Amino acid sequence: MKKLIIALLISFASTSVFAGSHSPCGVTSGSINILANEFTTYRIFMDEVKSCAGPEADFNVTHSVDHNKLQVAALSANPAEFSAKLVTNGSITPLMNDGLIRPLDDLVAKYGSNLNDNQKITIDGKIYAVAFMANAQHLWYRESILNDLGIAVPSTYEEVIAAAEKIKAAGVMENPYAGAFKSGWNLGQEFVNMYLGHGGEFFKSGSAQPNVNNEKGVAALNMIKKLTELSNPDFLTQDTNAVKEEWESGNVALMHIWNSGAASLLDDEGDQNIKADTRLAPSPTVGGGSKPATTLWWDGIAIATNTSDENAEASFRALVGAASSTDLANNNPNATVWLIKGYTPGDTAGPVVDAASRGTTPYPSFPHMSLMHGALSTELVEFLQGNESAEKALADVEAAYIAKATEQGFL
Amino acid sequence: MPHRTFIWFILPTALAMILFIGLPIVSSFFQSLHIENEQVLMEVENCDPFGCTTNVRVDVEATEKIEAENPLGRFNGFGTYTDRNHLAFDEIREAWDNKTSIGEFKDIVLNLPFYKALLFTLTFCFAVTPPVIVLGFIVALSVNTLAKNLKGLIVFGTILPMIVTPLIGSLVLFWMIDSQGIIGASIQILFDDPNLSLKASSNLTWITLIIYGIWHNTPFAFVVFYAALQTVPQDPLEAAYIDGATRFERVRFIVIPHLYPVATFIMLICLMDNFRVFEPIIGFSAEGVAQSLSWMIYQDLRNENKMLFGSAGATSMLTILGIAFLLTPVLIRTWKEFKTER
Repeated sequence: MKKLIIALLISFASTSVFAGSHSPCGVTSGSINILANEFTTYRIFMDEVKSCAGPEADFNVTHSVDHNKLQVAALSANPAEFSAKLVTNGSITPLMNDGLIRPLDDLVAKYGSNLNDNQKITIDGKIYAVAFMANAQHLWYRESILNDLGIAVPSTYEEVIAAAEKIKAAGVMENPYAGAFKSGWNLGQEFVNMYLGHGGEFFKSGSAQPNVNNEKGVAALNMIKKLTELSNPDFLTQDTNAVKEEWESGNVALMHIWNSGAASLLDDEGDQNIKADTRLAPSPTVGGGSKPATTLWWDGIAIATNTSDENAEASFRALVGAASSTDLANNNPNATVWLIKGYTPGDTAGPVVDAASRGTTPYPSFPHMSLMHGALSTELVEFLQGNESAEKALADVEAAYIAKATEQGFL
Repeated sequence: MPHRTFIWFILPTALAMILFIGLPIVSSFFQSLHIENEQVLMEVENCDPFGCTTNVRVDVEATEKIEAENPLGRFNGFGTYTDRNHLAFDEIREAWDNKTSIGEFKDIVLNLPFYKALLFTLTFCFAVTPPVIVLGFIVALSVNTLAKNLKGLIVFGTILPMIVTPLIGSLVLFWMIDSQGIIGASIQILFDDPNLSLKASSNLTWITLIIYGIWHNTPFAFVVFYAALQTVPQDPLEAAYIDGATRFERVRFIVIPHLYPVATFIMLICLMDNFRVFEPIIGFSAEGVAQSLSWMIYQDLRNENKMLFGSAGATSMLTILGIAFLLTPVLIRTWKEFKTER
């Protein structure tokens, strides 16, 4: 793993040779219509896609934080509502389950000569997506606040809690910790991180039977509860963007959010004193584990099955042009960890590289994982509000999952 | 009216109702009896930037073949209706058999998703409807006494909450009750508690949603009452005035009896409207603590990566039953009044 990551990041400033292959940019026929998540890094990426597509291209992009909920319905239609979708290792599985994205081997052979091999996401020997960035959630802290109180940068969640309690006791901040605990996908993701950090497995091996109601699950929930007690009381309504606002308002000294948040947290807008004081740290371990309690993600491009070959080619050309643009990566080195050839990692790539080198688990890509994530999204709230025990909450998660998985034909 | 004329008169409406209301309900019901076909899984090797792993995926071809043979999915009868995410018969039976106290049984039942949603939906219905009728009536009475040239403007201002799209209205209020918003900050100062947050506790969230519901629905009651007030006969009012009745007595003994059927109508519509409460839950990001039946349907169709049509269909059918159940007493009453009036 370590070698792979080193190879991945210290990639060679290669001379772009389009040996016998076509330049992807400058699309003149076919229409491009992309569905993508909404955050700053994607905006930067999309600007590059648009400029690669060229002025003559019929170019459209829809950014939505609800992209996961829209994608299956939108790509199931024939012709599909969108010709391309930006996917992650989480959101690709529902599309694969229904055969909604097409193999890209032909298009990669034609236009992808400038891609790194590890950008090609192969499933059962076929390329289904081309990754362009790696992402992970990790710790962020305010250096001056930790220094003033003589707190070392926490490397475990137990230390995070001790640090937050100290900041609170010193009267510096009322709610020093923040995480995206919004009920729904975000809250589910916090549990996924914490449970994997405790070494948990979501399913009984080799089956779709749930496996979260155990000691590790309880420990993970109790840790999340302790963190929420040091967070803004409105934590159940705060997603990543709301947490970033809290950070930029100076209300928070420690938070655990996405590496790609750097694109907006470290830009020239907002309070520059807070920006200058913002530091990134590796994701903490928990409960004596060795793996950081986070998940590794790649973000990539995928092309709809139910779109014409002409539109598919046009969309792929524009997207792959950006996904192999060394300039894009090196002009925005801190926007994220690019997987693009010739990229020299910026100052903010450290925590993601650290997570990868310490054997962090990528987000699970089981076909039934989204149902588990859905069950986690809704059934953990009552525990966090103190209305039920951790065991009961986890039993509810399993029961809700079983009902849904039965209906979907997985059990 | 001769039957023949009546049939021709009602035919277009009846056809439209069958087409746009009847058939969709039948189709949802049919869908709710089915679940997805079995997913065929296969082991494959996946490679991504973090390395290669052996993983399972859905065998799309094999699954599509089953799908083509059985496009509706597997027949499940009322299985979806009785599963844990709906009526949860097994769970309730188990809870009843193992209960140590009624309180414990109640807690277990109200923790099941359907009953949790039902509890909020009914609470919302019954907490919002009466204040809406009373407030709407009071506002209508007040506006009715205003000078003519002021009326138009005031009526417009009063119905504004109804004109604002529920989602937008609730979002605006959501920002206002934020601890840094004007209402949230004022409440903190008023109660001298810097940690008071309307979004944090489930009780306060419920109260916020109910107050929002009253705010949003009152204009409807007001408009109907206001229109009805214009039909109150002036003669008895004048007679009562001459006889020395106070304003309260005139309202109590002449206006209210006259508006009684209108109040029943408003109650009917309000109960129906509030039973399908949905937008404020999204607007106030209250999914965590307040779920309604409509929100459950949305959750099945939108929040999952794959739409759970069967589950959504079952919840829809149960919602229709719920509304029918709720409205029966009111309808029976209206029917009786109708008969006696004859």
